[in-house]
Amino acid sequence: MNITVAGVKKEVADGLTVAQLVIDEKVETPEYVTVTINDDFVDHGQFEGTVLKDGDTVEFLYFMGGGQ
Amino acid sequence: MAFTNEQIERYSRHIILKEVGAKGQKKLLNAKVLVIGAGGLGAPVAMYLAAAGIGTIGIADADEVDLSNLQRQIIHQTKDVGKPKVQSAKETMEAMNPDVKVITYHEFITSENILDIIKDYDFIIDGTDNFPAKFLINDACVMAKKPFSHAGIIRFQGQLMTYVPGQGPCYRCVFKEPPPKDAVPTCKQAGVIGAMGGVIGSLQAMEAVKYILGVGDLLTGYLLTYDALKMQFRKVKLPSDTHNCAVCGDNPTITELIDYEQAECDGVGL
Ligand SMILES: [Zn+2]
Repeated sequence: MNITVAGVKKEVADGLTVAQLVIDEKVETPEYVTVTINDDFVDHGQFEGTVLKDGDTVEFLYFMGGGQ
Repeated sequence: MAFTNEQIERYSRHIILKEVGAKGQKKLLNAKVLVIGAGGLGAPVAMYLAAAGIGTIGIADADEVDLSNLQRQIIHQTKDVGKPKVQSAKETMEAMNPDVKVITYHEFITSENILDIIKDYDFIIDGTDNFPAKFLINDACVMAKKPFSHAGIIRFQGQLMTYVPGQGPCYRCVFKEPPPKDAVPTCKQAGVIGAMGGVIGSLQAMEAVKYILGVGDLLTGYLLTYDALKMQFRKVKLPSDTHNCAVCGDNPTITELIDYEQAECDGVGL
């Protein structure tokens, strides 16, 4: 199936979970990343149980604390 | 209030724009913007706001200018090392534009003082470097119904979003609570390219100016991310459902401001 991750279209295996995608995408500090699928936030407790569907759009939003 | 000849010349590139005009320039001169943090982000924000003729600019920062700041905090100069950052920032802004009244807050913002500080301002700029301050600014602006611009920079990356009450998610909608101390690197630990503050801070100033003029589309409901190494900007749409947010949602569980523990290595004015 095809999904869009951070703006990039890619083909992934059926049944891919958010938890596995976080690993595959080498997300930095995965415990603190915010994940959205289409127009919804995905709670961290739901990463294992959330199976991606064909056409999903996934975004990883990172803490960025610098400014000074 | 009529413009002086000097003002007509000074602001001529604004006044010629149909989105600004004399009316818009008056709005800018009557506006009050608070910049929290006089550092990598706050420096360019404050300078562009001062140059634009924002009539009242508040600047809050508890720190003094350090030599290591000068690589990116362009509002301060070598002669200012050791001086309170708010003082140095005020001198630069006043030298740039005598139309601007600068109000300084040489203190850390806390749950005790923030509501009192932000209450007189039309728009708030978060130019802080740490999560306790970012969450405090967010929660205070939500509670006081003030619009603000969030931004963060680290290494070769930056992000920003704009919160306007009732017009989309707040920072806490996206990031539920601050990460534990040192769990996520700060720019002191990780470094940052000086120009990153210029890129992202200028965008914050642009959002403030657009908000005051009432023109265009603000970054409400979006997180803009910038990756300098890939030279890529992305405007990421945020979920529109804010009902469950702990502070801006329908049944907020956070009804009082929280002073989270400050990471040891950084402060509001780093
Ligand atoms: Zn919220």
